[in-house]
Amino acid sequence: MGWFNTRETITVDADVLVIGGGFSGCGAAYEAGHWGRDMKVVVVEKANIERSGAVAQGLYAINCYMGMHWGENQPEDHVRYARNDLMGLVREDLGYDIARHVDATVHKFDEWGLPMMRDPETGRYQREGKWQIMIHGESYKPIIAEAAQKSADETYNRIMVTHLLTDKKNSNRIAGAVGFSVRSGDFYVFRAKAVVITAGGASHIFRPRAVGEGMGRTWYAPWSSASAYGLPIPVGAKMTQMENRIVLARFKDGYGPVGAYFLHLKTYTKNAYDEEYESKWYDDTKAMVGDYIDREPVPTCLRNHAMLREMQAGRGPIYMETREAFQDPHKEQVGWENFLGMTIGQAVVWASQNIDPKERMSELTTSEPYVMGSHATCSGAWTSGPDDYAPADYRWGYNRMMTVEGLFAAGDACGGTAHKFSSGSFTEGRVAGKAAINYIRDLGETPQVDNAEVEKLKTTVYQPMELYQVGRNEIVAGTVSPTYISPLQGLQRLEKIMDEYCGGIATQYMTNEPMLDRGLELLGMLHEDLDCIGAEDLHQLQRTWELHHRVWASESVTHHTKFREETRWPGYYYRGDHPKLDDGDWHVFTLGRYNPDSEDWEMEKAPVHHLIDD
Amino acid sequence: MPTFVYMTRCDGCGECVDICPSDIMHIDKTYRRAYNIEPNMCWECYSCVKMCPQHAIDVRGYADFAPLGHSVRVRREPEKGTISWKIKFRDGREKDFVSPIRTTPWGSIEEPKDFPAPTEEEYTSQELWHEPAALKIDALPTLAGKEKA
Repeated sequence: MGWFNTRETITVDADVLVIGGGFSGCGAAYEAGHWGRDMKVVVVEKANIERSGAVAQGLYAINCYMGMHWGENQPEDHVRYARNDLMGLVREDLGYDIARHVDATVHKFDEWGLPMMRDPETGRYQREGKWQIMIHGESYKPIIAEAAQKSADETYNRIMVTHLLTDKKNSNRIAGAVGFSVRSGDFYVFRAKAVVITAGGASHIFRPRAVGEGMGRTWYAPWSSASAYGLPIPVGAKMTQMENRIVLARFKDGYGPVGAYFLHLKTYTKNAYDEEYESKWYDDTKAMVGDYIDREPVPTCLRNHAMLREMQAGRGPIYMETREAFQDPHKEQVGWENFLGMTIGQAVVWASQNIDPKERMSELTTSEPYVMGSHATCSGAWTSGPDDYAPADYRWGYNRMMTVEGLFAAGDACGGTAHKFSSGSFTEGRVAGKAAINYIRDLGETPQVDNAEVEKLKTTVYQPMELYQVGRNEIVAGTVSPTYISPLQGLQRLEKIMDEYCGGIATQYMTNEPMLDRGLELLGMLHEDLDCIGAEDLHQLQRTWELHHRVWASESVTHHTKFREETRWPGYYYRGDHPKLDDGDWHVFTLGRYNPDSEDWEMEKAPVHHLIDD
Repeated sequence: MPTFVYMTRCDGCGECVDICPSDIMHIDKTYRRAYNIEPNMCWECYSCVKMCPQHAIDVRGYADFAPLGHSVRVRREPEKGTISWKIKFRDGREKDFVSPIRTTPWGSIEEPKDFPAPTEEEYTSQELWHEPAALKIDALPTLAGKEKA
């Protein structure tokens, strides 16, 4: 018997359990607190809700705002934009739903004290681009967390949720979650009638470009550990578009954002020989994707594709021409504050390398891939749509409910709804929060957790610490053990497999069926080796369970990538065996489900319904 | 970037441990002061730097691509509602920036109980809390009953 059996078990009963206190989780808690006045809303967060999630560092823009009351945009326009950017494939019912509510969310942010920049002439929010408005968002997260905590009944910080619990009688119905305190080491059992998954997307499943300390300077936060997928997949929730990973064109090494540079500062890219290059690759791209290259604005992946082709042709580095814009002192200030507000590391890179953008251009690069559902791609759970207009194929329950009863998704966890960003993720959380309350109001019998399963999970959760204790005594010192590998060693194996077989930077984003099959074989062995991770302390135990979530997500990504036999998004990844976009067979969503009973992955297609005209 | 902690300034208060989103600021058991236990999982988010009451935490750019000699220092003053930055280049040039961080008092956001409870009809409506008023348009848009919009 291991010493982990002495860990105290703390049981928390809730009506709604929100897992993950980032933007979508804060939205879910905020809304559920209003509709569930007589219910208990609990938020559980692995860090500290004041600075957790993808917006911990702040943001300098809100990238999803219609401005309906000023007649700037309508929700239909945003659906057209997102559909175009994702090469035709988005859940239009869900995207419209976010767009119709998002202005109200942003108006509340303004009222709560988020400093909004305003156009001095019109008094309206200062536009950076058609959809983006500019903010001084250093404290964006603390402000939103304050609203969420005012609404939630309880917030538990520093609890790493490891597994979901299903109902004793119905394995396709949610009953709660378990995890542990990264501080006290206590085991937490949350029993809930409804669970909203608002955990983070996936950084660090593909090998990053940085080679040492800089490994943490991924574009998406290193703490985005794919829990948005690693929690629901093992209980059998259906996922969609998991192959739709994103590659970002960003300032080299610091991954500083380029949105404000292109849209507001009007800087532009060129090759190392001072030439515009995108138009050179028009015919090449057209041969792969047809008319999609003629859409306005040019889809992000296709702009990446041109940059990649130009670098492969030996005309890199690709530069952002900043010198003209930065002569204007206002633009210079915006350029720097843009980094300080959301990617401070880029300011550090420029300061360290003596790059003053007023005097010299700065290199761009394409990042390692990420899997997420809130930015410009739409991986995530397959969820039910809004009651008032979602097509029958997309409606089986409550808005944003997954294929598991009582389990809801928002933000990175919810698939099919790209381009929601911070404001849209909070909004989607609100939609899911209200739906979860309605689900509970209609619920008959309260779901029951299986106590035997909980006890078994308690042993499983702490097993890596036990393994380390025993294995460490076999060896003199150091990190090489025949019994265990560390969470970091496991992570690096995962990143290498995904990089080399599933379309990472090593192959310039290229993969094919034989590579994916080999990748799946190696991922299978890594999955088995997850039972052999040794955790030295509670921090390493957190890293261990983050790795579990990343491996589940990666297996899903690889199965989806294999299933879609086309190259839908050149610039994000390429199928060498199916090098062209194929609207005949693949103008569909990919759905993937891990079957917990058979332990097989089941793949199918789902129709893309276009609700909005061109 | 990782962050590092000056021995003479840190008093071991643990504010950085409490705030770090990556759980990498820990207290050293011998010196009773904070340090970064896992620099390669540091996002350079500056959450700990901004929070440190002693200004004991600083950042040295990632060794694999940032030459030495730079600094990006910050002072966040919640009570004043501002954040101030000083950037120093490797060659000594400096740049300063100040931005607002909040326009209302901290803690001033209202709770659900400060607002009327929802009515039965509102539960079945598509409207979220504060709608349609917060939308600043007459009614929540819908695709219901529309042919392709």
